Amino acid sequence: MSKELIRLHDVCMAYDDELVLDNINLYINDSEFLTLLGPSGCGKTTTLRIIGGFTTPSSGDVTFDGERINDVPPHKRQINTVFQKYALFPHLDVFENIAFGLRIAKVGEKEIEERVNEMLEVVSLKGFGKRKVDQLSGGQQQRVAIARALVNRPKVLLLDEPLGALDLRLRKDMQNELKRIQQQMGITFIYVTHDQEEALTMSDTVVVMDKGRIQQIGSPEDIYNEPKNAFVADFIGESNILDGIMHTDFVVEIFNRKFRCLDKGFAPMEPVDVVIRPEDIEIMAPEKGRLQGTVTSVTFKGVHYDTIVDFKGYKWLIQTTDYHEVGSVIGIILNPDDIHIMKKSEYSGMFGDYSSYSAEYDEINDPDFDADEAEEDADDED
Amino acid sequence: MRTKSAAVPYVFWMAVFVVIPLVLIVVYAFTNYDGAFTLENFDNIDVFLQVFGNSVVLALIATAICLLIAYPFSYFLAQEGPVFRKVAMLLIMLPMWMNFLLRTYAWMSILENNGFLNQLLGLFGIGPVHIINTDIAVVLGMVYNFLPFMILPIFSVIDKLDHKYIEAAQDLGANKRETFRRVIFPLSLPGVLSGVTMVFIPSISTFAISKLLGGGMSFLLGDLIEMQFLGSAYNPHLGSAIALMMLVLVLVATLITNRFGGGDEGTVLM
Repeated sequence: MSKELIRLHDVCMAYDDELVLDNINLYINDSEFLTLLGPSGCGKTTTLRIIGGFTTPSSGDVTFDGERINDVPPHKRQINTVFQKYALFPHLDVFENIAFGLRIAKVGEKEIEERVNEMLEVVSLKGFGKRKVDQLSGGQQQRVAIARALVNRPKVLLLDEPLGALDLRLRKDMQNELKRIQQQMGITFIYVTHDQEEALTMSDTVVVMDKGRIQQIGSPEDIYNEPKNAFVADFIGESNILDGIMHTDFVVEIFNRKFRCLDKGFAPMEPVDVVIRPEDIEIMAPEKGRLQGTVTSVTFKGVHYDTIVDFKGYKWLIQTTDYHEVGSVIGIILNPDDIHIMKKSEYSGMFGDYSSYSAEYDEINDPDFDADEAEEDADDED
Repeated sequence: MRTKSAAVPYVFWMAVFVVIPLVLIVVYAFTNYDGAFTLENFDNIDVFLQVFGNSVVLALIATAICLLIAYPFSYFLAQEGPVFRKVAMLLIMLPMWMNFLLRTYAWMSILENNGFLNQLLGLFGIGPVHIINTDIAVVLGMVYNFLPFMILPIFSVIDKLDHKYIEAAQDLGANKRETFRRVIFPLSLPGVLSGVTMVFIPSISTFAISKLLGGGMSFLLGDLIEMQFLGSAYNPHLGSAIALMMLVLVLVATLITNRFGGGDEGTVLM
């Protein structure tokens, strides 16, 4: 990637005695699409507000292009924001909403007209200039909010769960749209979401956060394939997380059996967390498999079946396109690259067990996700 | 149909206390002593045109002064902490718990030629100033009595103004002044219009204030109407005609005010 644009150095944020951000260190490159991903209350919105200038960190530095900007007010930053609920001005029409920043900057009338119309085109809202804001659908308001921010040609665009209030179909369209706009304008996007799929689809870099701390920074592939701890493994996609013991490099023991893996650098006989993605597991006839288990539940998911298999009292989720009926005994094999080893962490044992599996495990991807509830949670962070 | 039956007492109430009196006023306005239809009540109205004009001007001045006091007050109060706000609001409401006439009598004794104000000024060697029984005293009485009606709606609009609009304006480069001019003030207009209506209407129809503080010098619409019903010139038909004219005047004024609100009638009276 290109040069560094924003850096957060040892940033902490505390309200009264509650530590909301705990030593955030992060740099953001020019023209990067970076996503802050995490559950409600993880500190992602607070991080975004610090970058936008709406919140001043309790300690630590924020730099922009090498200059410390902790105390620079929002209206003096080359950063614009798309707010969670858009915050379009209800007393102005679409054109005037988008022109707002240009009028403040005292741009000439002719140029305002050109640039606003150009933005209306970019967000596919040509001819909507005279509409009142409350006559627009959620998706259209969303686009106006993006246009209103982008028309100022900021170096950085902050987006706070901008798609949270849209239905699933529209959200998918807008994801592509946003990615396209970002590439077309060539500016930095910092995107906040709790939706892991959204983060993986759009980002160059994903920052996974929980409890005010950064859990992992990496490309979407890194985050998915090489999660650093049980929290990340569970939050990004589905994971079976098992206790294992690392015998030597490339050899891990699960269920008293040794498996070959691709991981190294652990102490001999170190206890570890083992991640096995449900789609990586290959099902065999029982006698051919390394492990044998009994199917306890099957749920049809469209592309695949979510099959819960009991291995010696421990339940795994396996995603397979073949149907295996409840009660049948199956065998599985694990290839070395299906196994990912993580160091033990505070999250060990909290995730990755499908004993209490229900078909609604995926509530984070739920299209009926309650945006108001999310906002309340976000407000809690403030 | 529960909701319908629940509305019955209210419809009944409105019919008895709003519609019937209004109809009576209209009937009186268009009849004479014999009960026959006539327009002559309106023939005489041009005689009172000066009273109309005087009432409108004084009411407008009082409304403008109330607005000038109430807006900054509400704006800064909305930024204070909850305790300060509660105390301030209590102090604003407190005088309203006392009898309206009593308050106005109090102003009489303050503004009198030998009153409290002149005694105070006398200590500094100023005065005495003649205020009582002038238009100034009447406007002062209106402002004092009706100021809370201006503060309350403006404060509640500013207080409820979603902070996200202010953040959005800042985000788009607006400093404090620009944010106020382009966002806060336009968004608080419904409260302003509501306050203007709530001060203007009682100001234009008051008779107690003009009677007590204006003496005979400041003769307003309210006094004129009162005179037709209780005073020397007993003529309820003419009184109703004047009241009807005033109703039309207020209606027109309110419609004009609402037009400024950009159709946001929800928060405006009417």
